[in-house]
Amino acid sequence: MIPLMHAIEMRSVTKRFGALLANDNVNFDLAPGEIHALLGENGAGKTTLMRILYGLYRADSGEIVVGGQPAHIASPKDAIGLGIGMVTQHFTLVPTLTVTENVSLGQAGGLAFDPKAARQKVADSAARFGIEINPDALVRHLSVGERQRVEIFKALYRNARVLILDEPTAVLVPQEVDVLFETLRRLQSEGLSVIFISHKLNEVMAVCQRITVLRGGRAAGTVNKSATTQKELARMMVGRETFGVTKEGARAQGEPLLRVDGLLVLDKKGWPALKGLSFDVRAGEVLGIAGVSGNGQTELTQALAGTLKPKAGNLRVGGRNLTHASPSQLAAAGVGRIPEDRHEGVVGELTVAENLALENLQDFTANGMLDHRRIRENAEKLIAEYQIKAAPTTRIRALSGGNMQKAILARALSRKPQVVIAAQPTRGLDVGATDYVRGKLLEQRDRGAAVLLISEDLDEILALSDRIAVIYEGRIVGILRAGEADAELLGLLMSGAKEMADGIKD
Amino acid sequence: MGLKIERVPAPVWVRPLIPIIAVVVTFILTAVLVVWAGANPLEAYYHFLIAPLSSRMSVLEILVKATPLLLTGAAVTFAFSSGYWNIGAEGQLYAGAVAAAWLGTLLGGLPSFAAIPLMIVGGFAAGMLWALTPALLRVKLSVDEVVTTLLLNTVVLFVISFLLNGPWRDPVSGWPQSPQIAESTVFFKLIPRSRVHVGLIVAAITLIVVWFIMSRAALGLRMRAAGLGQNAARFAGVNVERTMLAAALISGGIAGIAGVGEVAGIHFHLIEGISPGYGYTGIIIATLSGLDPLGVALAALFIGLIDTGAQTVSRALGVPAYLGDVVQAALLLTTLGMFVLQNYRVTLVRGEKRA
Repeated sequence: MIPLMHAIEMRSVTKRFGALLANDNVNFDLAPGEIHALLGENGAGKTTLMRILYGLYRADSGEIVVGGQPAHIASPKDAIGLGIGMVTQHFTLVPTLTVTENVSLGQAGGLAFDPKAARQKVADSAARFGIEINPDALVRHLSVGERQRVEIFKALYRNARVLILDEPTAVLVPQEVDVLFETLRRLQSEGLSVIFISHKLNEVMAVCQRITVLRGGRAAGTVNKSATTQKELARMMVGRETFGVTKEGARAQGEPLLRVDGLLVLDKKGWPALKGLSFDVRAGEVLGIAGVSGNGQTELTQALAGTLKPKAGNLRVGGRNLTHASPSQLAAAGVGRIPEDRHEGVVGELTVAENLALENLQDFTANGMLDHRRIRENAEKLIAEYQIKAAPTTRIRALSGGNMQKAILARALSRKPQVVIAAQPTRGLDVGATDYVRGKLLEQRDRGAAVLLISEDLDEILALSDRIAVIYEGRIVGILRAGEADAELLGLLMSGAKEMADGIKD
Repeated sequence: MGLKIERVPAPVWVRPLIPIIAVVVTFILTAVLVVWAGANPLEAYYHFLIAPLSSRMSVLEILVKATPLLLTGAAVTFAFSSGYWNIGAEGQLYAGAVAAAWLGTLLGGLPSFAAIPLMIVGGFAAGMLWALTPALLRVKLSVDEVVTTLLLNTVVLFVISFLLNGPWRDPVSGWPQSPQIAESTVFFKLIPRSRVHVGLIVAAITLIVVWFIMSRAALGLRMRAAGLGQNAARFAGVNVERTMLAAALISGGIAGIAGVGEVAGIHFHLIEGISPGYGYTGIIIATLSGLDPLGVALAALFIGLIDTGAQTVSRALGVPAYLGDVVQAALLLTTLGMFVLQNYRVTLVRGEKRA
């Protein structure tokens, strides 16, 4: 084993995915015994950089030095051999096995497995690291926080001296976060180094010594915690030149068409994902919901699409209470919906024409029978109007992302909805399709619809919105006019370091 | 050297060939067993596939065998296309058979043209009723229908065992069989000197109705949407639960008609072994058909042929008739394998190892 040489240096690391430059000449170093934060927006390249370090990706260029020696890391096995362990958000534990079995799984020893010895070894090792786990507990009986502890312990058990934690707090409740931080501090005192990926400023300030900020795939700088402030970090994280652009032609905005009041929604695990969320969208405006992913955007989209039922709160469209409306009732009431994942919006194996008719099937049906001619004519009309490159009889899964999105737009917008809910409308689209989709959304605003834009792409929010609402941990923590938004304020709001007291007004 | 597996769908023209390729592969695989049983595979397959088509009697017997299979195949296809995995066609068939045995003794006073439709309606209702509980559990509580429908198949057998050994035991012979159904409720013969009965027409009409609903009715589009993309269907406003419930109940009803046909057309009373697994074979047929009603017709006739052929083979060559079951099961597995494999391209890579 290498004698306690565990500092890491990554030099000029570059990684491309097709046309996307995920890491651009990134330099990063880790001192022994420090907790080092990697901070940045979604898509800033944090996870990519760490996946390279852990051998899950191969860098296109650049080098990695571990403990003073140039390292060639081609797989996680190599990384583990060099004392590097990674804990991702998606745990790799077998729920039906015990903690001991999970930790011992994949360890050398061939077919022979001595449960007693393994249990003893695990218990001893956990005691040595001061990690509280019950070796005999079945993983499926453990809470998320405990499972994470098992994951961390698993890495330590494999002699990791450097721990990479990818957004470890995203899955935890606040009390569990405190326990995690305690664990990390204890490990630090044992001489371990930790890389802590996050976009929450308060957590970064609470537990780290140094912070490296990534922005758009580049290192925006490394600072010492003692020499920085949350404001500076926010600026470094979000800084860009698109701020304060006044939209041409300040329009007179009308009445609120979409009113969301005190929305409480539970996620799949039963945790509150939206905690009394409120906002209005007026006729003729685009309200952008900005935020780091996983702060309730998915649940908000689903609640407004009618596919997730709120536990409390109100949803009104043009004065009508539609809180518990079904998707078809919402569509009929004039809500055009663009889903977060376009593959969840269309049935891939059905044809373009069938998908275009599905949402308003009653219009294409007589006495329970489909009117195939009207379905085809509707499709031909929308294909021409929205420039969809497809025939009515094409299976929609064969369409490119852009054309599929155009089909979804066509279906949602063809009936001139008074409210448009667009979630991640340009995710994964090329430049041409992106421009097209954004143009269509602005067209809706200009004809007087209330447009809600939920996007994790801050540039998109800044380019389209009249007002920007920031979502953080299931609540709107501030609403500002697009012209007032600046990097520092948005960064602070998005990373939970600030809340506007008068945030809910406009 | 290694295998490279890419996700590349096979060209469209390959799809109709899949069942044919599956049949060929199945025969190659089962040839081993045929040889083991002491027969010549080519001769065996001649008796399996060709011989039954060469005599009037066995051709008509294929139609008799295909009659319940057309219905169970249609029933399973209907449910599966909505994403409801009804494994309970066997039980629903028996429920229909119970209804037929009961109505058959009750409706004796009516003329045939009234009694026979009532028998069919009664069998449909009984199949629906038997399908109701698992369907409700599925849509209300997300209880896995594969398990519940399958388990209810066994339950219905015990219900029948109770009826036949208790209240319905034949008072004349004392055998565990229900009293003979009335003459006017018997499905009349379509072809003299054969067992082909009017149930074949009923099955054909049912299949046409199933085709019509699946391709022409709004319910059919909703069912296909729910079956092919549940979340997307729900997003687009399809009431997935209600659609599934409708599909499950209609499916159960169709399977129930198959039971009516076996009681009123073949046995004329209820006995325990009225179905040698027609409901399960319906799953094979639905799968072979690719959930297409026309394919159901072809697959049902084909399985009817193999079933009849199995008898011929065993008589002619002295191999066990169970070989027919083995061929059927192997055919299902190869077809499923083909459906999966058609989405991939497997190539042999030489030299340089994969990146």
